[in-house]
Amino acid sequence: MRPINEMTLTFPARSVNEGFARLSAAAFAAQLDPTMDELGDIKTVISEAVTNCIVHAYPDALGSVRMRCRIYPDGRFEASVSDGGVGIADIEKAREPMFSTGGAERSGMGFTIMESFADSFTVRSRPGKGTTVRFTKRISPRAKR
Amino acid sequence: MDVKIERLRESLKISLKGELDEHAARGVLLRFGELESQALPARCVLDLSALGFTDSSGIAVLLGLERRVRDAGGELSVVNIPSQARRVFDAAGLSRIMRFE
Repeated sequence: MRPINEMTLTFPARSVNEGFARLSAAAFAAQLDPTMDELGDIKTVISEAVTNCIVHAYPDALGSVRMRCRIYPDGRFEASVSDGGVGIADIEKAREPMFSTGGAERSGMGFTIMESFADSFTVRSRPGKGTTVRFTKRISPRAKR
Repeated sequence: MDVKIERLRESLKISLKGELDEHAARGVLLRFGELESQALPARCVLDLSALGFTDSSGIAVLLGLERRVRDAGGELSVVNIPSQARRVFDAAGLSRIMRFE
């Protein structure tokens, strides 16, 4: 199915851009007329995905994050968030609840939150090459609400 | 993010206003660090009525605060949790660990 509309943003992996990314994704998703809960879910998943790039992908340098959002005629919102960073050696481990390499200030719940808030969610990563997470969120048609 | 810490007669009230993400959490944890040296009242209330957004960074912030209050012999209550934050906290099972009102 071809998207109705799409957008791509590239920005430096700075923490100040976490808010920018989720607000941009929410503004784009607004074309599908989502409910507040649906919009909250999208912002939450985007925030987790972008934070992972910022906290984990580039330990020694300031890299960039690419966020691509698409909307489809059947009411699906789809986004992918990619970095060209260190990658994840063991994705299964990274997805375990409470597992974190980020220290006591991180909960280790990022992947758990993404999985529970998205309708579908995939992670692809190659050590040394980078990581891409992709998710979809179905926006309910207004007539059915 | 605005962090307001009020000392009431027999309790401490902390209010968070704005969006809580990894960026904002650093400042919040710094403010909570100020509580370390002070005697904490037995009752501590975290008011989230003005919390516009949170992600899993908020989970770590709540767990850290709860531990700090418990270590000081007190109890933390989290009040006025907006629905988006509630969904995030529920996904982590936080209501089993601390008191939500």
